[in-house]
Amino acid sequence: MPDGFPENSVGLVAPQLFRFEGPLELSCGRTLPSYELVVETYGELNAEKSNAVLICHALSGHHHAAGFHSAQDKKPGWWDDYIGPGKPIDTRRFFVVALNNLGGCHGSTGPVSINPETGKPWGKHFPPLRNRDWVHSQARLADALGIEQWAAVVGGSLGGMTAMRWAVELPHRVRHCVVIASALKLTAQNIAFNEIARRAIRSDPDFCDGDFIEQGKSPRNGLALARMIGHITYLSDEVMGARFGRELSSGTFMRGLDAPMEFQVESYLRYQGDQFADKFDANTYLLMTKILDYFDLARDYNNDPIAAFSKAQSKFLVVSFSSDWRFAPARSREIVDALIAANRDVVYAEIESTMGHDSFLLPNPRYAAAFGAYMRRIADTIEPRGGDDATG
Amino acid sequence: MLRVDLDILQQWIAPNSRVLDLGCGDGSLLQSLRDNRNVEGYGLEIDAQQITTCIERGVNVIEADINRGLGNFADKSFDSVLMTYSLQVLRRPDRAIDEMLRVGKECIVTFPNFANIRPRIYLMFRGRMPVTKQLSYQWYDTPNIHFCTIRDFENLCRDKNIAILNRKVVTKCRPDRYLRGLWPNMFGETAIYHLSK
Repeated sequence: MPDGFPENSVGLVAPQLFRFEGPLELSCGRTLPSYELVVETYGELNAEKSNAVLICHALSGHHHAAGFHSAQDKKPGWWDDYIGPGKPIDTRRFFVVALNNLGGCHGSTGPVSINPETGKPWGKHFPPLRNRDWVHSQARLADALGIEQWAAVVGGSLGGMTAMRWAVELPHRVRHCVVIASALKLTAQNIAFNEIARRAIRSDPDFCDGDFIEQGKSPRNGLALARMIGHITYLSDEVMGARFGRELSSGTFMRGLDAPMEFQVESYLRYQGDQFADKFDANTYLLMTKILDYFDLARDYNNDPIAAFSKAQSKFLVVSFSSDWRFAPARSREIVDALIAANRDVVYAEIESTMGHDSFLLPNPRYAAAFGAYMRRIADTIEPRGGDDATG
Repeated sequence: MLRVDLDILQQWIAPNSRVLDLGCGDGSLLQSLRDNRNVEGYGLEIDAQQITTCIERGVNVIEADINRGLGNFADKSFDSVLMTYSLQVLRRPDRAIDEMLRVGKECIVTFPNFANIRPRIYLMFRGRMPVTKQLSYQWYDTPNIHFCTIRDFENLCRDKNIAILNRKVVTKCRPDRYLRGLWPNMFGETAIYHLSK
């Protein structure tokens, strides 16, 4: 392990680019002649290739799930609390594969990539995708890595939907499916929030009807606003109260002083929005939120989730968080009820947390214990071993 | 829960059947049923620590509050619904039994018999709520809010037209064991009922 990184970190990591030649037929009827996926892997693939875990990212996620890109990196990958040596997804025992989804803007083929037919960025002309397309694009990644069956496909939020889609779309390739803070489909309220975010982006004059790259512009305000709205819905009233309350970051309520006043929550949200606008592509945001909205696990199974899950061969872990109102525990219970009715093996934990939807990314002892216990059992069936102190 | 209760109860569950265990604790019953009788099952549990233990055992544990009912389960979707030593902690044990018989073709319930001679003597001579090895809480911190006796339970079954397929009464204390057959409501410590409707 290079100096300076925590002992339970995967340490220095580097992304790899995988190129897939040969057409990928998409749900919309169109075809991508070829595509690229940017991928990070942690841990070692065993000789039987039976210890691979696929990480499916959420709306704004990417391939950098754990570790650091350089010694100067201040922040590790987005799920570093749960991926690493001795962590719930233990890289001493699992070979972990994290990627940027097709249609993403972090290095995989997406709206910011060049369309080989036109020589210009795809932009708004990138084909609309469905979760199913991600599954099939990722199956070719599994093929390239020599992985016939994932020990587990794991995802939170939108990633949980991808994990479920994997389990019913390619049942023989998934041994365990871990669905965290997710849903069988979005509620009307949830779609409504996404539509507000999309409208914020589209109404930015610099969006240029989706052609902003060609016109050398960026709808930063629209993107920032979309992120600010999203961010509020990922937190809870309680955690915002605890973190910011009504504290001011500048100015004062004192009489006679008319310096501009700003609440801490305002500057925090503005910072989050601006940060996001710097690194995220507006067309990708539109694409990803549409994938979220259109997802309905049971649509092709006569709207019956039991029929959908009857196709699955994997075992399931489902986790929700008490304060998550964007993907509420009730949505996870619908998943669990359908799994039980379909006679699938399932474990369900409803974790007490004040952190809202973001809970699935944040440290939480009980979440780590339950998730870790489940993953340990998977690892034990691959390769039985003794105590935690054994080294990999 | 006594070892002997588990042994009796397991014999009432058909091999290869599908069970739901309400308040499954650390999952040992479900694990044993799976390993010994090839029984597929799910356990409902509310305690975080117990849930993690179930996961470690590879038991299908679902975090749920039984007090909210079993509305998410279809009628007769399980061969047996079990509840060991949890009846007395529920807000409405009567409704729980209704739900168990709706969801399961049969159900098995075990509970501590409050009319056992030991709590009777305790209450009679000390004039205080019984604190025994089996029921080791004080009145103010006990999760056991609805104690009943064997006679109470059978009255409830009669009122609800519930058929008692089997009944066993077990006792740990040696002298009582010889007497429980004669006078179960006085000498039985734990009652095990096999019910259907």
